Amino acid sequence: MDFERRRLFGGSLSLGALTLLTGCDISDHESVQKALALVSRWNDRVQAAIFGANRLAPTFAEDQAVKAFRYNAWYGPDRSPRLDDASYRLTFAGQIADKRPWTIERLHALPRVSQITRHVCVEGWSMIGKWSGIPLRDFLGQIGADTNARYVGFECADGYYEGIDMPTALHPQTLMAFQLSDDILPTRYGYPFKIRIPTKLGFKNPKFVTTIYVTNQQPRGFWTDRGYNWFSGI
Amino acid sequence: MSAGDLEIQTHPIAARVTHWLMALAILLLIGSGWRIYNASPIFDFRFPEAVTLGGDVEDALALHNDPGVASALAWHFAAMWLLALSYFGFVLWNIITGHFRRDFLPIGPRLFWRDFVAAATFRLQHRLGVYNVVQRVAYWGALGSVAMMLLSGIAIWKPVQTYPLEVLFGGFQGARIVHFVFMTAIVLFIVIHVALVILVPKTFVAMTLGRATAVPHARKGDA
Repeated sequence: MDFERRRLFGGSLSLGALTLLTGCDISDHESVQKALALVSRWNDRVQAAIFGANRLAPTFAEDQAVKAFRYNAWYGPDRSPRLDDASYRLTFAGQIADKRPWTIERLHALPRVSQITRHVCVEGWSMIGKWSGIPLRDFLGQIGADTNARYVGFECADGYYEGIDMPTALHPQTLMAFQLSDDILPTRYGYPFKIRIPTKLGFKNPKFVTTIYVTNQQPRGFWTDRGYNWFSGI
Repeated sequence: MSAGDLEIQTHPIAARVTHWLMALAILLLIGSGWRIYNASPIFDFRFPEAVTLGGDVEDALALHNDPGVASALAWHFAAMWLLALSYFGFVLWNIITGHFRRDFLPIGPRLFWRDFVAAATFRLQHRLGVYNVVQRVAYWGALGSVAMMLLSGIAIWKPVQTYPLEVLFGGFQGARIVHFVFMTAIVLFIVIHVALVILVPKTFVAMTLGRATAVPHARKGDA
C-alpha cells in the first residue's frame, strides 16, 4: 500500500487566513502555523498519557439510543459508496500475519456484542446510539496483527482514511460495528462496517472500511490533514 | 495617608506578567471559542464571523472543506495551556505574597452594599491603589469564572476520561451551557473592567509599567 500519497494532503495543512479580533491578518505568519501545529503534537502526547486503556466510556439505556441517527459527512448521503456483497473484500497491510482478504459473509458471521454509547462530534453536538459488532481487539487477534506496533490505520471506500493509537485499538469498547440500532448498518452509515470508538471524537470513527493496516508510522487522517488534532480522544 | 500625600499604585512584575498573559489567553479563547460555538450553536444565534478567531471562513471552506473550525480548535487548545499556567501562576503568587489577603479582602454583603450604593450614587471615593468592595467582588467573580471555565472546559474536552466531572455539570450539554454562561460572565467583566480603566488610565500605567501615582482628587459628594 502506498503510504506516500498521504503526503499530498499534508501539504494542504494550513491555518488559512487567520484573523485576530482586531481584524489584522496573521495568516502569513509561518511561525503562527508552526507554533499551533507544535502545540497540537504536544496535545497528542498529553491525551495519550491521560487515556485510560481500560477506562470505559459511559453507556446508556436502550431508550436513550437515537434510532434516526444523524448523518454526517462532507458529501451528501446520496453519494455514499454502495459496496457490493459479491465483490467486496476487506484487505490488510502492514504488520499482520494473516493477510488473506475477508468477504462480507465471513465478517457478518463474527460474534457480536452491543454497546449503547455516545458519539461526540468535534463541532460540539453529541448523540447516543446503539452499535453492535466485534471488538476490534478480538478481530486483530484473529488476523494475527502485531499488537506491539504503535498504530492501526484504515482505508475507506469513500476516500476517507484514519488511524488510531494501538491502546485505543485494543480498548474493550472499540468495535467493528456491523449494526446500528439493531439493523444491518445502512449504506449511508458505512456499510459493511464502521469502526466505532466511543473514546474518540466522531471523525476518528471511519465508515466503509476496505483496508486495515498495522504500522509504527503514525497514519494520516482525512480531517487531521485539514488541521484537526490527530489523537482527538475524549 | 494624609490628604496631601500622593496615591500610589504598584504592581510587581509577577502580577503584571501573569495579568497580561491571562488577558491574551482569554482573548484568544473567546475569539476561537465563538468560532467553535458557531459550528454547532447551543442557542438560536451565531457570533458574527468578524469577531471570531480561526481565519477566513470562505478560504478555509475552499481549501479544507471546513469553516475554519480546525484553526479555531488549534487556537483554543493552545491558549488553554497559556491560561491555565498564567492563572495558576497568578493565584499562587497572590496566595504566597499575601496580596489576596491585603488587597482583595475583606468582602461581605454589607460592605458590598455600602460601596455599591456609593458607586450607584456617584459618591464612591476613588483611591488609586485601593480596591473598593464592589471591585474586590468583581475580581473574585472573574477569578471564579476562569476556574469554572477551566473545569467545564476539561469536562467538554475529555467527557470520557473525566466523566464524573461532566455529571457534576448535569451532563455533556450541561457542561457546554456552563462553559457558555461563564464565558458571558467573563465578557461582561472585561467590558466593565476596560471601561473603568479608560476612566482611570493611571491603572493601565501601573499594570503595564509597574507604578503610577495620582494626586488625590476632591471628593465629589463632599462639596
